[in-house]
Amino acid sequence: MSAAEEVVAEGHEAVEAVPKRAMTLSTGTSLLVLAVLLIVPAFVKNFIIFQMTMLLIYGLAVLALNILTGGSGQFSLGQSAFYAVGAYTSAVLMEYFNVNYALTIPVSATVCFGFGYLFGKPALRLSGVYLALATFALATAMPQLLKLNFLEHWTGGVQGLVVTKPDAPFGLPMSQDVWLYYFTLVVTLAIYIFSVNLLRSRSGRAFMAIRDNEIAASSMGVNVALYKTLAFGVSAGITGVAGSLGAIAVQFVAPDSYTITLAISLFLGMVVGGVGWLPGSFVGAAFIIFVPNMAESISKGLSGAVFGVLLFLVIYLVPHGARQIAILGQQFAGKLRKN
Amino acid sequence: MELFTNQVLAGIATGAIYACMALAVVMIYQAIDHLNFAQGEMAMFATFVSWQLMQWGVPYWGAFVITLVFAFVGGVAIERILFKPLAKAPVLTNVAGFIALFAIINSSAGLIWDFTIKQYPTPFGSSPFLGSQLISTHQAGMIGVTVLLLIGLYFFFQYTRIGLAMRAAASVPESARLVGINTSWMIALGWGMASAIGAIAGMLIAPVVFLEPNMMGGVLIYGFAAAVLGGLTSPFGAVVGGFLMGIFENLAGTYIPGVGNELKLPIALALIISVLVVKPAGLFGRHIVKRV
Repeated sequence: MSAAEEVVAEGHEAVEAVPKRAMTLSTGTSLLVLAVLLIVPAFVKNFIIFQMTMLLIYGLAVLALNILTGGSGQFSLGQSAFYAVGAYTSAVLMEYFNVNYALTIPVSATVCFGFGYLFGKPALRLSGVYLALATFALATAMPQLLKLNFLEHWTGGVQGLVVTKPDAPFGLPMSQDVWLYYFTLVVTLAIYIFSVNLLRSRSGRAFMAIRDNEIAASSMGVNVALYKTLAFGVSAGITGVAGSLGAIAVQFVAPDSYTITLAISLFLGMVVGGVGWLPGSFVGAAFIIFVPNMAESISKGLSGAVFGVLLFLVIYLVPHGARQIAILGQQFAGKLRKN
Repeated sequence: MELFTNQVLAGIATGAIYACMALAVVMIYQAIDHLNFAQGEMAMFATFVSWQLMQWGVPYWGAFVITLVFAFVGGVAIERILFKPLAKAPVLTNVAGFIALFAIINSSAGLIWDFTIKQYPTPFGSSPFLGSQLISTHQAGMIGVTVLLLIGLYFFFQYTRIGLAMRAAASVPESARLVGINTSWMIALGWGMASAIGAIAGMLIAPVVFLEPNMMGGVLIYGFAAAVLGGLTSPFGAVVGGFLMGIFENLAGTYIPGVGNELKLPIALALIISVLVVKPAGLFGRHIVKRV
């Protein structure tokens, strides 16, 4: 409101810095989690397997956002747009060109990487709330872009497209759901390992330098523009893979499945899981899949309100999300061992 | 030519609403440096309250005033209870807080008044204004109320002690504290006023878009676009941006072929992104310089 031309923005930090080592789980815990994930399908019903598949898929999408925000310190409320592009790429390739479902995934990853990289270009000039706003607008507009007339031939317009669920190959004695679960698990694992290594690499260090202090990073020779757009591209690419897997698992794509609500869910998943803590992505995914159901069982009409209240509780009580709980757990275990 | 004038006038009328929303967004942005994603829902809830009052037999203007007081108190309460503790938290946590607030208000309104579309009365009637076919009395009323509001706000900020204190608290909080201004309460006051301005926008637009819990979604996006266009740091710019957005929306819908209702939001998106890319500070905003 003052007429001063130049104002110093002291500003809030976008995200809190997370040390590099604190970003992952220890080897022992990781192997334990993996073993559980491998064995579980033998004991549960198909519907639960489907839900676990969705958990892995949303976990991937949250992980992608985590690389963008926790890694390079940029915001996105528009991940649903990249998710939608991935889903549609797979669906169109599978239904119109009869491409094998597994081959559509690298294609989606590439397409979304390009899309994210290009979107990252104008977003370069934005930070904090401005970036949140631009991506928010992208997510809001996406369903309407997908419904456009001249795309209708490919996207099926409002009706969407039906995707065929793949059978287990080589005559493996598994139901479609179980096969898809293992397929998703393998893809998730590959991407998780890729992400961990990415953040430990030279590029990862560049991301984190930008996150912690952009000016300092650039004065030390980090190409800020390149790494910021790269982070957007990688994040979009992984989200695209999640979108593809999601389309195959749900067997259906339609513009209205990819609204701003999805983008917000993914964002919340990241906050709940702990920003910058990669394993937390899957905890966050569990939160966004199961808590709305729980909220609905507490009160049908008020599910949104219950969800909101739970979210406020998380923000106030454990602002670092699942990471904080994991650290507390570790300290507690350490104390027990000493006694 | 008549079509053109007609569309421009209609654009100014909807622009008045966008101007109010943008102003509400900018006021909170000035106070706490965050965009309130729940602004539209707060306005929607206030509009429902006024509707309920009218159902109970309160006359329109009575309900209008009671709702403004309610919205003001509600805005202050939300700041005091929910967002004051988050003042030092990272941007991310605040965005999550706004989203939670959005979910809570939207779902409570849906539970109390359910999701069916309701008629909302207008005090101005909908006959042609001054006998001309160009603009209806309700549209003229929308413009009139907004202009009155803007003049009132101008005098408040320019010529009252408390307005001056609020400006001081927003532009240089440290110095403001040193001269004895309670900046924390100035922020709460800003929230209350923003909430009341949003309520006015809600009550004016409700006869046009009809009353339902999701009625403010599109309006809020246009409000954001208007605020970005005018500059997030300039209340005056937000108002100008609001009117420009209204006119732009109507003209684009009339003259660009293929731009119907379904392209409304993508247009706002394109505008937000192009303004942010070409002139991030907006038309009237201050240029932000970072200190190393």
